[in-house]
Amino acid sequence: MLVHTNSWALVLHCCIHSAVCFLGKKVTVEVLDHLERLALVDFRNWEGVQRLEKAIQFAAQLHAVNTEGVEPMDSVLEDRCLYLREDNITEGNCTEELLQNARETVEEYFVAPPGNIPLPKLEERDTFLQVSE
Amino acid sequence: SSSRDTALGFPWITSHGNNQNPSSSPPDSRAEVYSINTSSWLRLAWRDVAPWVAVVGLEIHAQISSNSKLFSGSQVQFAAPPNSLVSFFDASLPGTLPALNRRCVEAAVMTGLALNCSINKKSLFDRKHYFYADLPAGYQITQQRLPVAVNGSLSYSLCVGGKKNQMVTRTVRIKQIQLEQDSGKSLHDDTRSQTLIDLNRAGIGLMEVVMEPDMSSGEEAAAAVRELQLVLQTLGSSQAIMAEGQLRVDANVSVHHLGEALGVRTEVKNINSARFLARAIDYEIQRQIKELENGGTVINETRAFDYKLGCTIPMRDKEGKQDYRFMPEPNLPPLILYDTKSLPANMNHQQVVNIDWIRERLPDLPSVRRVKLVEQYGILPEHSFTLLNEDGLMEFFENVVRQTQMNPKKVIGWILNDMLGYLKQHNLTVQESPVSSLFLADLLNLLERGTISSSAAKQVSLFWTYL
Repeated sequence: MLVHTNSWALVLHCCIHSAVCFLGKKVTVEVLDHLERLALVDFRNWEGVQRLEKAIQFAAQLHAVNTEGVEPMDSVLEDRCLYLREDNITEGNCTEELLQNARETVEEYFVAPPGNIPLPKLEERDTFLQVSE
Repeated sequence: SSSRDTALGFPWITSHGNNQNPSSSPPDSRAEVYSINTSSWLRLAWRDVAPWVAVVGLEIHAQISSNSKLFSGSQVQFAAPPNSLVSFFDASLPGTLPALNRRCVEAAVMTGLALNCSINKKSLFDRKHYFYADLPAGYQITQQRLPVAVNGSLSYSLCVGGKKNQMVTRTVRIKQIQLEQDSGKSLHDDTRSQTLIDLNRAGIGLMEVVMEPDMSSGEEAAAAVRELQLVLQTLGSSQAIMAEGQLRVDANVSVHHLGEALGVRTEVKNINSARFLARAIDYEIQRQIKELENGGTVINETRAFDYKLGCTIPMRDKEGKQDYRFMPEPNLPPLILYDTKSLPANMNHQQVVNIDWIRERLPDLPSVRRVKLVEQYGILPEHSFTLLNEDGLMEFFENVVRQTQMNPKKVIGWILNDMLGYLKQHNLTVQESPVSSLFLADLLNLLERGTISSSAAKQVSLFWTYL
């Protein structure tokens, strides 16, 4: 059974695909702010950022290998058969169970804010990132 | 840019990169003032007379007609009690995993074949991340890298000319068809400043059909969408009822002068009715032309069509340009499709989707059915279009022809003028017609035998309004 990839892997993925340098240099405040806004992760303090940098360096070791002409591997399970399910109705009808986890409901609807609430700009946030480098 | 050149006041002088305003200071040399850069002069002159060309591309989402959802076993049904057709996976509860519905794969392959696409024997699933209350997982499973079908085409017809009596055929290229999940539904309650979320729709299978920007007007786009709708309905892969949100169209619109580079495009969303599709696109084309002719610019943005005002308005810009952070879906291995050549010998046939098997069972597509109607009954091509365009009309026509001695070429007149005219006037579908095919056939038989006169037959048809 596979497990969900957690948000760390996503953050890492984003870092490696953005122009972050891998050679022991620091991740910029702009990138950190962008990541916090995009992934809603909270690095909390510089120790959290250091952990990110170490993770990037660790993954960057892949660049030592010449992979020209080699198809990237997404998963070690890529040769497994994708199971196809029959088109039968086997689930659902559990409204009460699903709603019991919700903080607020209205007539069997989940209640959400009127729209996305974006993270406030760096200057308006109480974050360790505000301390200039 | 043209706005800059005209701002200089002398349309035949190029700016040469300097910012001097020639009207405020004398020129350095006569040669500089009167030097005519021929190509830019021609370019500017051309802009004054060159016709505008609009470029329209479409992204169409069609809900797959299936019993259960794309990755879960909850039911697919329009209008059910909120959150009653939702499984734990649809609600994105931890510990749940996707299980691909075979019927959805077959629907995508059928549609790909009908649109002349190459079917990718190996396709991949990805996650597209964004935050919104109707997307509980925070990502949508889609096929961004390698979709199930690519490089197809769709032919459609429309009436052109001053009297709209000339029928032409156009073709639009299909870039790709991909499988993806639908999101839940948000009901905005502005009075209480909240949004109510219903996840019944979350996880329903969608086929996203991407049409290349080969169209140049709202009319062409509407005709292409109508033809796609008929194809999907004929295949049964989607019922494609726009009113129920089973077919949603997003249009990418830009304008430019003939012969010049493509302009900046905007995306027009929220077109959920066939009636407003052409109108929304044409409005946006005109809006962009007016904007550019007034010296403004077109911003690359997303706009929504407002039905009441009949115009497009910028959508609430939530967080600026989105970064979807595409990544492979780790819980799904590649989707492998087979044909008779590549079919493995010992495989459980329930686990196999055979492209050739599906191709052999494709029904006659609308274009083929139209040709057959013309050949069989001697009617005009335009007539065959109308017969197929109205749900059930072709069957009605054939039923009448079968039960009457009247020549089909005469029957078609009664069907398209009297019958259809009556239905349209009273906003009825063919199924709701108070006149049955038997009744009409009887009437036409009486007319054929001379038992009643043509005017009497017309009078009887008028009595339909009293039925």
